[in-house]
Amino acid sequence: MIVRLKFVYLAAIFLFLYAPIGVLMAQSFNESRYRGHWTGFTFKWYDSLFENEQIFDALQNTVSIGIFSAGIATIIALITCVALREFGKKPRAIFMGVANIPILNADIVTGISLMLLFMGMGLKLGYGTILLAHIVFNVPYVMLCIMPQFMSLDKSFYEAALDLGASPFQAFVKVILPELRPGIFAGFLLAFTMSADDFIITHFTKGAGVDTLPTEIYAELKLGIHPEMYALSTLVFFFVVIFVILFTMARKRLADKEVF
Amino acid sequence: MFKSAGVKTLFMTPFCLWAGIFIFVPLLCMIWYGLTNDDEIFTPANLTLAFEPPYFKALLLSIGLALVSTIICLLLAYPLCLILTDKARDLSTAVSLLFILPLWMNSLLLTMAWQTILEKNGIINQVLRYFNLPDVALINTPTAIIIGMVYNFLPYMVLPLYVSLSKIDKRIIEAARDLGASYMQTFWKVILPLSLPGAAGGMTMVFIPALTTFVISALLGGGKLLLIGNVIEQEFIAGYNWHWGAGLSMVLMIFILINMAVTIFFDNSHEEVEEK
Repeated sequence: MIVRLKFVYLAAIFLFLYAPIGVLMAQSFNESRYRGHWTGFTFKWYDSLFENEQIFDALQNTVSIGIFSAGIATIIALITCVALREFGKKPRAIFMGVANIPILNADIVTGISLMLLFMGMGLKLGYGTILLAHIVFNVPYVMLCIMPQFMSLDKSFYEAALDLGASPFQAFVKVILPELRPGIFAGFLLAFTMSADDFIITHFTKGAGVDTLPTEIYAELKLGIHPEMYALSTLVFFFVVIFVILFTMARKRLADKEVF
Repeated sequence: MFKSAGVKTLFMTPFCLWAGIFIFVPLLCMIWYGLTNDDEIFTPANLTLAFEPPYFKALLLSIGLALVSTIICLLLAYPLCLILTDKARDLSTAVSLLFILPLWMNSLLLTMAWQTILEKNGIINQVLRYFNLPDVALINTPTAIIIGMVYNFLPYMVLPLYVSLSKIDKRIIEAARDLGASYMQTFWKVILPLSLPGAAGGMTMVFIPALTTFVISALLGGGKLLLIGNVIEQEFIAGYNWHWGAGLSMVLMIFILINMAVTIFFDNSHEEVEEK
């Protein structure tokens, strides 16, 4: 009885989570370009997706800003975590508290305050300011992923490497970095995801003519979304599903290997 | 790791520059705008604006909807996390993955899809009509906004709650059962108190974005239900009055600061575990 109740509960939650995704996918195959009118099945939006320059530009901006902002944020976070490990508990807690401000703050406040800063500095709002803003909010996410792993790292391996004649840099690259790889990878991926999905901060720090996918979608909302957008989302969804399945399988194989 | 304090300072430089220029200076800019008027004269008028009728109404509506969605998120997430922590590990990984997948979809498009589900001739009403039941008016009501908020922010509740529930030592629960506690007693006296930090973390993570959103209300409220976020966005983007917008944002900051205080209060507990 309880088992069945649990199953029903999980099913209800997943229906709630996946219903909009189902609607989105259905719309990508809908002949009509208007929401909620099913006029027949078609693949034409997938065809025209590759000819839609607006969407292609927005996609390009999203991916490049995602990679650059996540990459730069990862480097800053890594350097900071190296230094933070050497601080006492109290100052470290204070620094981590400061780092978490962009996460805990409301996006609208972060976005507006950054916009005021960029305007005050006389920067022209555009690709550069979006990239800067994304680096700003990505740094704490990467730090959150790296810091716990860094703290639980065994210092004696590093010291052993030094005793055996490695320079501190060599010891860091050969001993510490490999240990941190999962955290760095997770941090980069999280930062990329945050950047690609961010709408509010981009909305305030972007200039006219430069769009990422979320701001492009928002701009289209009033006139009706290009159905190509649904096609793109459906493709992205399946891409992520495949990636996640491969990733989980690879990790499981690795874990199995370690057991034997 | 390294002996010299100079290296430590050098390595902290990027962080300090980042925090200084991109966290503190922007906030100061905002406070400057919030406390001055067009003639650059200090005035509290932008702050007290929040208590004038149209703005105060938006603020109250935002607080109300954010509170309701936070509570719904908590009530939905708690049983879910209990089930997830209870399951065998392999199955639990698969279920958690299923849960995380929607996060990679664009949240604007998903909220948009809720429009298709909730609207007058939407999917819910079509289904109701099929069974000859009366229509329900959902779109452009506070209920629709709450559904949108719960949908968008439920993961922020589930993740911290799941972490704190899965950290509970199974032996403690077994001990409680061995000592004669019923399942309900074990839940109230053991599981619930131990999961409080996660629940508190989740609540702060949901409350702030729900309080400050302007996207969900714009999409599912039909532009008639203004939240404080919509008001602030219009002051800036439609170019009405930046000083007013900054002043209203400062009022929001009060809630954010309270939230940060709560987070820090509950955060102290696991700092010792991290230390090695």
